[in-house]
Amino acid sequence: MTKFLVRRLALSIPVLLGILVVTFTLGRLIPGDPCLAQLGERATDEICDAFDKRYGLDQPIPVQFGYYIANVFRGDLGLSLSFQVPVTDLLAERLPTTIELTFAAIVFATIFGVPLGILSAYKHNTSVDVITMIFSNVGVSMPVFWLGIILIIIFSVWMPDVTLFGTPIEDTPFGFLVLPSGRPPSVRFDDRFYAVYNLVAEPSEVKPWMEFISRFTIFNAAITLNGDLFIEAFRHLILPAVAVGTIPLSIIARMTRSSLLESLNQDYVRTARAKGLRERTVVVGHAVRNAMLPVVTIIGLNFGFLISGAVLTETIFRLTGIGKTLFEAITARDYTVVQGVTLVTAIAFVFINLIVDITYGYLDPRVRLE
Amino acid sequence: MSDKIANLNDSGSRPRENLFVETLKNLLRNNSARAGLVILGFLLFIFIFAPVIAPYEPNIILIDRPNGIIPRLPPCIEAFGCTDSPQFIMGLDGNGRDIFSRVLYGSRLSLPVGIAAVSISITFGSIIGLIAGFYGSWVDNIIMRIMDVLMAFPSLLLAIAIVTVLGPGLINALIAIAIVAIPTYARLVRASVLSLKEQEFVMAERALGAGDSRIMFGQILPNSMTPIIVQGTLGIGTAVLDAAALSFLGLGAQPPASEWGRMLGDAIDFFRAAPHMALFPGIAIMLTVLGFNLLGDGLRDALDPRLNKS
Repeated sequence: MTKFLVRRLALSIPVLLGILVVTFTLGRLIPGDPCLAQLGERATDEICDAFDKRYGLDQPIPVQFGYYIANVFRGDLGLSLSFQVPVTDLLAERLPTTIELTFAAIVFATIFGVPLGILSAYKHNTSVDVITMIFSNVGVSMPVFWLGIILIIIFSVWMPDVTLFGTPIEDTPFGFLVLPSGRPPSVRFDDRFYAVYNLVAEPSEVKPWMEFISRFTIFNAAITLNGDLFIEAFRHLILPAVAVGTIPLSIIARMTRSSLLESLNQDYVRTARAKGLRERTVVVGHAVRNAMLPVVTIIGLNFGFLISGAVLTETIFRLTGIGKTLFEAITARDYTVVQGVTLVTAIAFVFINLIVDITYGYLDPRVRLE
Repeated sequence: MSDKIANLNDSGSRPRENLFVETLKNLLRNNSARAGLVILGFLLFIFIFAPVIAPYEPNIILIDRPNGIIPRLPPCIEAFGCTDSPQFIMGLDGNGRDIFSRVLYGSRLSLPVGIAAVSISITFGSIIGLIAGFYGSWVDNIIMRIMDVLMAFPSLLLAIAIVTVLGPGLINALIAIAIVAIPTYARLVRASVLSLKEQEFVMAERALGAGDSRIMFGQILPNSMTPIIVQGTLGIGTAVLDAAALSFLGLGAQPPASEWGRMLGDAIDFFRAAPHMALFPGIAIMLTVLGFNLLGDGLRDALDPRLNKS
């Protein structure tokens, strides 16, 4: 296992380097002077000279790449012209929302997708199977941003009275969504976990990572035992998570179905039946267990869909995550932010795939030995 | 078992049917392929006859005209008890343009963009995959590592980054979508090449004195078309979705183009006041993607010899 881990880790290093090359190249291909692009009207000749020095822009291209890597490792992704803050700060502030959204979406997709796939395979060629497959085909074909809009229209325009977990919030007439900020108003003023548990005495002692973690609203609410905030935040995440999770749900359901259909035809299932095991034990204990391996991979691979989904839906649901940030950056032609978001998500993507591979190796000894 | 023998005898006693006809028959036996073909046939009809069916020009602003035309007027259909005249069966958009006409004309942007993007990816992907698989060793290694890096990005994100560099516009969006999909086809072709290049018919061709390019393009490529056709069909669906997404973000088709994604982008600020603006372009995108996905699934089943047992 250790050997497998080391080899798998080593394999991701060239990919990470390649990602840096791509984002660096894209950054250099942007038309116009990078200094003007980032600093806008503030850019005088002297300021631009200083800027060029800092980012190594007065050096040859390979040296510039060295500067770029050094800056990335230092956490310096440049300045955002439209937001007027360093890109890293912007991402640190907004990444938690997106992570919570993608996590909620994958949980939604898995807990509905896997059972649907199992049901569909077990009832192969019945009406249940056909209906599930029609739904999953439609689910894969829907633009995620359109689904988001439709969900809002259904639940906040046509059925504003439908609420989950209690009454609507006062300043919105709607059921369970869409505040101007996309977050419950209390979030900004609420106790952070480090304050609740007296981890810091002074505001100056707050470490950046604490601040970062406390921006995971649901997590923060859970560990500070703030039930109201938890429900509030959770409620606001339901529709976006459903929207973002639907495509992965359809894919997971299809994958589970075909994988289970295959394993139901295997000899070991026939053996299990022949030796008189209960049907339930045969399906759940033997067939499903073996059919889950490819499903794990698919769940991991869907991260790409989740990120794209988050980018496209956050704006609709007014969630201030990196998706909405990217949307705003595109509108403002803020290349630095686009570059930063691309880099961070690609790196995250590599690590998710790494985790999936390791899980796979853990679950299936054959993969380790290859 | 007896069925199989009967089949064998059968095919032995009469001349073998044309492979194309056989595949087509398989395809038409497949439910999802049939459904896909019906949807795509319908879309092709709209694509060709959009100017005939559409009551208005897609970009004409109707507000100047009388008859109480107001922006974002909801749909009005006589069959559902709305007797107003003139009739706008999908309503009007924020600029007082007829959404029905715009949705119809939208097919003239989305379908060609999807097909063109996939054609470009297949062309470059095939060449890259052929070279990598055929020459092997360090050539293969370098090419495939580059493909790995491109695949490490979530595809839409990379497409967004590329369009930001190229500048917004439908053609640039098309190029970005095509670039992002190249690795998929390169991998597919490379995999087939690896299994094909040791086969006897390739050896025979080489023994006859054929050069590398003749073997690659004359022998190997035609024999590795099956997975490309399947993946390509499914890929058109994805390309249509991505193009819509880029246009939705403002990076693809620019106003006043009646591109479906763009129309959705225009609708997001008004979905409480005018939900109809968002409904119809989305249905159009979904139908298109669904059509290609179903056909792709059907093709996969029809072209896969392992599944031709029945």
